[in-house]
This record gives sequence, C-alpha cells and structure tokens, in this order.
Amino acid sequence: MNAAVAGLRWTLRDCRLVTGRNMRHFTRQPQLLLFSTIQPVMFIILFTYVFGGAIGSSLPQGVSYVDFLLPGILIQSSAFRASQTAVGLAEDMKNGVVDRLRSMPMSRAAVLVGRTGADMVRTLFVVALMIVVGYIVGFSFMEGPLHAVAAVIVVCLFSLALSWIFAFVGLISDGAETAQSAGFVFMFPLVFASSVFVPVETMPGWLEGFASVSPVTLAVDAARALSLGGDVAGPLLGFLAWTVGILAVFVPLCVWRFRRMS
Amino acid sequence: MSAAVRVEGIAKRFGDTTALAGVDLEVQQGAVLGLLGPNGAGKTTIVRVLATLLRPDEGRAEVLGHDVVRESREVRRVIGLAGQFAAVDELLTGRENLRLFAGLFRMGRREGRARAEDLLERLDLLDAADRTAKTYSGGMRRRLDLASSLLTRPPVLFLDEPTTGLDPRSRNQIWTVVRELVEEGTTVLLTTQYLEEADQLASRIAVIDHGQVIAQGTGDELKDQVGGQMVQVRLVDPGERAAAERALARVGCGEGRHTGGQDGLLTVPAPRDGVAMVAEAAAALRDGGVQVSDLALRRPTLDDVFLDLTGREAAEGEEAATEPDPAGEAMGNGRRDPEKEPV
Repeated sequence: MNAAVAGLRWTLRDCRLVTGRNMRHFTRQPQLLLFSTIQPVMFIILFTYVFGGAIGSSLPQGVSYVDFLLPGILIQSSAFRASQTAVGLAEDMKNGVVDRLRSMPMSRAAVLVGRTGADMVRTLFVVALMIVVGYIVGFSFMEGPLHAVAAVIVVCLFSLALSWIFAFVGLISDGAETAQSAGFVFMFPLVFASSVFVPVETMPGWLEGFASVSPVTLAVDAARALSLGGDVAGPLLGFLAWTVGILAVFVPLCVWRFRRMS
Repeated sequence: MSAAVRVEGIAKRFGDTTALAGVDLEVQQGAVLGLLGPNGAGKTTIVRVLATLLRPDEGRAEVLGHDVVRESREVRRVIGLAGQFAAVDELLTGRENLRLFAGLFRMGRREGRARAEDLLERLDLLDAADRTAKTYSGGMRRRLDLASSLLTRPPVLFLDEPTTGLDPRSRNQIWTVVRELVEEGTTVLLTTQYLEEADQLASRIAVIDHGQVIAQGTGDELKDQVGGQMVQVRLVDPGERAAAERALARVGCGEGRHTGGQDGLLTVPAPRDGVAMVAEAAAALRDGGVQVSDLALRRPTLDDVFLDLTGREAAEGEEAATEPDPAGEAMGNGRRDPEKEPV
C-alpha cells in the first residue's frame, strides 16, 4: 500500500515537472505566444462588429451578439488550439526528447499528462484574456461569478478532452506539419457546423441534426447557458458524457501507443 | 569477471529491412566495447534495444542481469544514454535541462541541483549554463547531452556516435570525459563510424555490418587479422598510381587499395618487415620514375581491417540503411564466423 502511494507521488511529481517544462516552452517562444493570443482576440472583435448586426436579429430578445458569441469563441479558440498538443508531441518525438524521457526511470504517462496539462493551462490563460477583451466590447456574465467559473471549467474540460485526441494524432503522425493539418481538417467542419457563431435552428434540418449532438455545440450551449442563463442541465450532461467518452477512449489509446512506440 | 551487457541472438526487422540479423555481444564490467560500422549497419538499433526503446523481434539482452524487455524499468535505472538520437531540450538552458532531467531521474531537489552544477563544471558548460541549448554549438550540445546521461552516475553508459560531426577539439573533450568515466569504473558501449575513435577509447571492438557482428576482438587482434605491415606511399601525381603499383609489385608488395578517397595515397601489403623493405620500395619507385612525397611502413589501421572484412571503406556505407539486406536470410540463427570469435 505504501509503495503504491509512493509510486503515485513520484508519478505526480513527474507530471508536474513535465508540465512545468512545457509551460516554460510557451514563455521561450514569445512570438508564438503573442500571435496565438492575438488570434482569438481578433476573432472576438471582428465577429462582434462584422456579424453582430446581421445575426443579432435572430437572437432571443435582450441578448446582444457579443453575449451570445463570447462563450462560442472560447470553445472555438480552444478547438483550434488543440492541434498544438499534437504539434508539441510530434516535435518532442522528432528531436529526440521523447526518446531520452523513455530511456529514464520516470513515469511514462507523465510525458502525455505533462503535455495535455500544460496545454490546458495555456487555454486557461487565453480564456482569461479573452474574457477581459470581451468585457471591453460589451460582454458580461449574467448569472453571477459561480456560473462564470463553471463556464470557464467547461471550456477547460473541452480543451483537455480535445488535447487527448490530438495527443493520439501526434503519436501516430509522422511530423508536426501532418499533425497540424489533420487538426484543421477535423476541427473546421465541427466548429462551423455548431452553435459557436449562429443558433443551430437557423441551419437546414440535416445539418441541424448533426450540429445539435456535436460535442462542440453541447460545450458551447453549456458554457453559454452558464453565462447567459437558460437550460444548463441538458447541454451540460451531454457535454460531460462526450468528455468522459473521449477521455475513456483516448487516454488508454495514447498510453498504449506510447508504450509500444519504437 | 562478469558481463555487464549481454546480447544474445538479437534480431530486428523494420518492414522488409533487416536491421539486426542475430547479434551476439558481451561487454565485461568496466570495459569499453566499441561498436564499429558504417551508417545503417545496425549500431543504433542495438543501442535502442539495450536502452529499452525498442523491442527486439528475437533474442534477448540483459543489462547488469536485467532483461531489457521484461525488466525494462530496472534497466532504465542503471543506464545512461547519450548520442545522436537522445536529445536535450533546445528551449531550456543548459542548467534547466540538467535540473529537469535530475528531477525526472527522481533525485532530490538539492542533490539534483548540486549534481547539475558539478556536471556543468566538469563538461566545461558553466559559462553557457544560462543560455538556451538552441544557441549551443554542436560540441556544447553533445557535452550537455552527455552530462544529462551522467546525472545518476549510471554504472552502464550507452553512447551512440558521441562525436559524429564534431571538430577535433570537441571530440577530444568528449574522449577525455569518457576515459575518466571508464577509470571510475563505468561500463561503456559506444557506437562509432570512426575507426580512430574505436581505437582510442575501446578495449574491445566489434565490427558490425548488415546487422551482423562480423568480427570481434581488441584493436590489435583485429589488425593482426589483416596481418603484417603495409607500405604507404603518397604520390606527387595521382596519375602515376598504376606505375607505382607496378614498381612496388616488383619488390613483392601485394595489390594496392584505394584508401580514404585520396587519389594520391597508395597502400599495399608489405611482404617483409624492417628498414630493408623501405629501402627496396624506395629504390623500386625511383627506378620506375615515380615521384613520391612520403613513404612509410606502418601497421594496418582499423581502416584496413574494415576494408578487409567488408570489401568496403567505412565511410562508403551510407546507402546500406535502405538497401534490402542480403544477410537477412541468416536472421535469428546467430550466424557467426567461428574464426573471428574472440577466444
């Protein structure tokens, strides 16, 4: 029993060390950090002012487009950033860091946990910044601070689940570029055929059917309900089911792949 | 003495390519084994198997009595790995790299930091300790890589082409450290395509080609296989090569070889030893009207050994990695040349 506890403590320490290392990487690439942060901020401003007028009229009474948009953009930017997990892992594999780590008596899971964990912390940082910018252009949480925190947790969980999918993509792809393009191919249709930018009711029936069960829509609807009000339980349960499902499939898949890597 | 590293009949295929076709090796405790061979011969594959990064298809390997497949965790505790594929983190500084790896080797914080400082000093990296590894020269990067593998004072060290691509000064620095480690009792298995490196560092050498060990022994034993002395002539005009060979043949020298891609250098087996041989060769060349800038009688080098064993020069093997391997048929049966087995 004591040995198991000690083992777990070492594993957690390994995870913390690798996470710290990956986070340090973000600060060592200030340009990458700057532009990957500017991008979502730019999205908020552009969408609010470009589409706000046209889409605003199809929203429920009393909801401005920025209030509708911001929870969606938080999810959208997390979805697009998720491919960075694959890129980071693919680079570590290519330049030999993963080989060094695999030759050491450390926890092998820490390489993956440290990657997805650091990426989630980065998401949290970007989300906080986006909320600040959102407030500047007129957004506000209408359901109080607890619901606001819950909305942020939804975004972080969504980001974590996607990270594990992309960790697998990174482990099986043959390079950072492949991993990145694969990310775009999957994420673009999922993000646009969802409630990120527009209410799904405005889509044709077949697309609405797809969009209303997509994990992106459920995550957006949960975060949106938590910030604007409305039915929380429905989308939140759906979203949590997706999250648990994704993690239950991809965490073991990643570990399996990592163990038998050569 | 017992073997620190034992490899028995290891075979590994990648698709149609046979990387290892039944390799047997032993490294005695405290010894240095040089694994010598061209690119694509299978050297790196052997190291990857021993470092638990790659599972062999057949055969078994042990490090300090631990099986590399079944007891990989125990193996990882006793080995250090440095070389071409195990990299350092380019975005971290030298010091951060060592502290990170010390932590992941599960050393205590204070112990890890102290050990990192020791190694930075020992490998002459203190001045650059707070610069990111991205800014390091090739030699500094290799030294940091080596330092990373020495954090736990591993009793067994694997060095995969530790000096490939380095300038002579950086190479000497690495060699000095490796010699010190060996004096402290570390067992080393190092791969190299430089014959000089194997000659300088290794107590025993295994020559590997097409995934098989084709000869083993000390440097001297291997050179004795080629036998005798060599006459080496540097020609003023490479065009006179044929004339020089004819002249030397008249005093009993053997057939010449093309050495090291240097057209002006002619090396032929000498039939006799001693100063008389030099005099006879010189006279024959003078009579033949061949101008030479240098004439010497020397022992065979490992270059000659390699040429003798493989029919190729060490540096010519670049293509070998991608070629289908004719030796593949022998996979797994541990075929060895009985004459070349160490006694």
